Amino acid sequence: MAKIGVIGDAQSVLGFKAFGLDVFACNTAQEAAGKLHQIAKEGYGIIYITERFCRDLQEEMDVYVSARTPAIIPIPGVDGNFGIGISNVKKSVERAVGADILFGGDN
Amino acid sequence: MARLNVNPTRMVLTNLKKQLKVAVRGHKLMKDKRDELMKRFLELARENKALREEVEAQLMEVYASFSIASAVMTPDMMEEALMFPKQGVKLTVGSKNIMSVDVPVFDFETESQSAGGESNIFPYGFANTSGELDTAIEKLSDIFPKMLKLAAMEKEAGMLSDEIEKTRRRVNALEYVKIPQYQETIRYITMKLDEDERGNQTRLMKVKDMMVAQAIEEKKERDKEAYAEYAG
Repeated sequence: MAKIGVIGDAQSVLGFKAFGLDVFACNTAQEAAGKLHQIAKEGYGIIYITERFCRDLQEEMDVYVSARTPAIIPIPGVDGNFGIGISNVKKSVERAVGADILFGGDN
Repeated sequence: MARLNVNPTRMVLTNLKKQLKVAVRGHKLMKDKRDELMKRFLELARENKALREEVEAQLMEVYASFSIASAVMTPDMMEEALMFPKQGVKLTVGSKNIMSVDVPVFDFETESQSAGGESNIFPYGFANTSGELDTAIEKLSDIFPKMLKLAAMEKEAGMLSDEIEKTRRRVNALEYVKIPQYQETIRYITMKLDEDERGNQTRLMKVKDMMVAQAIEEKKERDKEAYAEYAG
């Protein structure tokens, strides 16, 4: 059975804890990177990670893109939405099609 | 386009023709696969974008509720209230096959750890906590199914785009490198064989001419001898 993990700063992830997800509060990007690799090995199915860390962890996240699990999903944190989640969607469109045809001009 | 470095023989030609057939067929199949993948992917990406925008907006609301709650309550109390979750989330990872891409399907089940299994999602008593916290948690549990759907969708989109990229490269490699190479080589071998054939033909004709000339010579010789005998 797979588990769901949440990586982020303590404030953002607090609520997910109440919901019964496994929460890993991190303060620095290095810490988050270490945690990410650790829990990816432990058989987590989905890992939500706040965008503040995503910015610095792009390379670490790319490792898991073509693997079936874990799915690493950026979510906005309490400190706001940096548009990383959307830009990831955009990037995958660009990679597949060769050009950005969904988001043309609206950002 | 460079042709392959092979011996121009009939056997190689036959093999190459077979390979060309396979390549052309493979190219067609790959192209079909790419088109179908692309179709699915674009639908998915569009949905994905909409869902992500929705989830992000709702998550921001959740955070807002949490910050209101934390304004009313002390951080320690918040921590304490949320320390021990009452419900667990059970996630099962299935798999789905889309054009031979193995994508995960997430299925989740919340399980209440308290006896009786009443539909109470709050892991704390109401005495020491504020109502704002309830709202925040409720909102979060509302959007959670969407977050899960988003996770599955995003993973699927990522894997599909990976596969599309690979397939596109294969299609291009076949179309612009492999197939022209085969065609070029086949043409080269055919021409070479034809040329050899013509060379052989002329040689035979030459040999035949020489033989005929010799035969005529011999005949003449014989005629001359016969004539001499007769005359003499």
